[in-house]
Amino acid sequence: MAESGLSRPSEAGLDAVVGLALGGLHLDVSLRVEANELVALLGPNGAGKTTLLRALAGLEPLQRGRVVLDGEVLEEAGGVRLPPEARPVGVVFQDHLLFPHLSALDNVAFGLRSRGVPRTAARRRAAAWLERMGLGDRCGARPQELSGGQAQRVALARALAVEPRILLLDEPFAALDASTRVEIRHELAATLRSFAGVRLLVTHEPLEAMAVADRLVVLEEGRIVQTGRPGEIGARPRTRYVADLVGVNLFHGRAAGNRVEITGGECLVVAGTETGDVFATVHPRAVALHRRAPEGTPRNVWQGDVESLDLLGERVRVRVRGRVPILAEVTEAAVRELDLAVGRQVWVSVKATEVMVYPA
Amino acid sequence: MGARVVAAVAALFFVAPLIGLVWKAPWSSFGRELGSGEVRDALTLSLLTSTIATGVSALLGVPLAWVLSRAEFPGRRLLRALTILPMVLPPVVGGVALLLAFGRNGLLGQWLDRGFGVTLPFTTTAVVMAETFVAMPFFVLTVEAGFRSVDQRLEEAASTLGATPWTVFRRVTLPLVRPALVAGAIVCWARALGEFGATITFAGNFPGRTQTTPLKVYLLLESRPEAAVVLSLVLLAVSLAVLLGLRDRWLRAV
Repeated sequence: MAESGLSRPSEAGLDAVVGLALGGLHLDVSLRVEANELVALLGPNGAGKTTLLRALAGLEPLQRGRVVLDGEVLEEAGGVRLPPEARPVGVVFQDHLLFPHLSALDNVAFGLRSRGVPRTAARRRAAAWLERMGLGDRCGARPQELSGGQAQRVALARALAVEPRILLLDEPFAALDASTRVEIRHELAATLRSFAGVRLLVTHEPLEAMAVADRLVVLEEGRIVQTGRPGEIGARPRTRYVADLVGVNLFHGRAAGNRVEITGGECLVVAGTETGDVFATVHPRAVALHRRAPEGTPRNVWQGDVESLDLLGERVRVRVRGRVPILAEVTEAAVRELDLAVGRQVWVSVKATEVMVYPA
Repeated sequence: MGARVVAAVAALFFVAPLIGLVWKAPWSSFGRELGSGEVRDALTLSLLTSTIATGVSALLGVPLAWVLSRAEFPGRRLLRALTILPMVLPPVVGGVALLLAFGRNGLLGQWLDRGFGVTLPFTTTAVVMAETFVAMPFFVLTVEAGFRSVDQRLEEAASTLGATPWTVFRRVTLPLVRPALVAGAIVCWARALGEFGATITFAGNFPGRTQTTPLKVYLLLESRPEAAVVLSLVLLAVSLAVLLGLRDRWLRAV
């Protein structure tokens, strides 16, 4: 492929079809990331996020599919397979994985040295990277002498120093304490934005993902279940996991007229006119709780008992068990007025106009 | 209570001979005994051969330890068992086996003898071979454990940074197993220094050529017991030094 170095606009970016079975995980993912795009991979533990990154980096061989970067085939199952060291990929690992026997400077210089840059030049460039990360005075420090936040920044500098065309970050904040996370998140966001290339960030922190990513990809049990811009995902969750992430009640069912028959045979009255297989969401704040059967206009009314109460700042999240299990969010005052407690019988009501319905 | 008494008896059993050795030492003639030519020859030969044996063990043992710790192939367990065998084999049997393999009429020896005119038994080379045979397993086992304890994710990280497998090995794996390499070399060297059975069987007992310190001690015990005690003390001092060198590894309470 003579022209593989030239990235035609249509081909710039990452095109990956990754199929592999590892332990109990069956990864089957088709993913396209534009050059200059920052995609956050979200998903519960064991969904295959890390395995997908490892496959892209060449650390896990594909059983099916291919990985193409800027038109260049990095791997084709049963065919070409560039080893990790030959891929233009930078990886930031979960617990930074700095080399304990090397100084921060030599850690950052490692990739350059491995790619044939003479020692002095490699060290000079490494020092410049550390300077850029605000760690100019920590060049001589061993990884174990660095704080968690510093180590993670050195790891980022190490990955960037080789000037990769694709940057893979595997939960770069997971090992950091809460205050360090806040401190480093802005920095990371800035550094990530300044990186011109494909960026793939694995996380299970929705806030982190939404703050920095152009697009979210949600992975569950080895498959992509939803993808879209952060706002879209929040407005139209398609799985329980995503619904829980954005904190809404999600129902799956069949719509006919202004009714949605949900799993279990119950019906929700809605204002929309969708038909067929649909999702319906109800924001917890739109769920009203009553001591007695409510009168008036609400179309969805049923009885249940309180399963749990969770304090959330000024508000309380009340999980109600019943014909339609649902999560309600009410004020502390309401909890007192209604005398809510675990096991207490309550009436639940939801206005038809508060049920969002969209095709499944 | 009973356990403590038994423990005390056990400790005494270990310590008493050492005390006896120090007690009976001819301290006044210590320097003269050490300075005698034949004693010096034996010590020099021992230092030389056990150091070379350690070098050979490292050269052959590092790849072997690597294969045992990382490679997956049928017969790996068998290979490991064979590697450990010399540790439990009576050294004299090792010597006989070496003789049958490398002797003038041995399996490989006759070929070496006729083809290249190389005769191994009863030479200094044979001493090194006997010592290597007996001591290398100590090196291999220690280093194998070292390789196993290396976090392989660090090696993966190195490969994503552009390091070829060889560079990864040289710049990440080896530096990380350095403590195991040092410890393995020390144990191996100490074991080689004390080698007796395989050496006397395969290399014989020629002063200046194959007569190592342990052999010399054994012979001197008949002719000049005082000199034997002096040489024993030297070996004891070396052992204590080895123990001191490995204190972080062996003496740290678990």
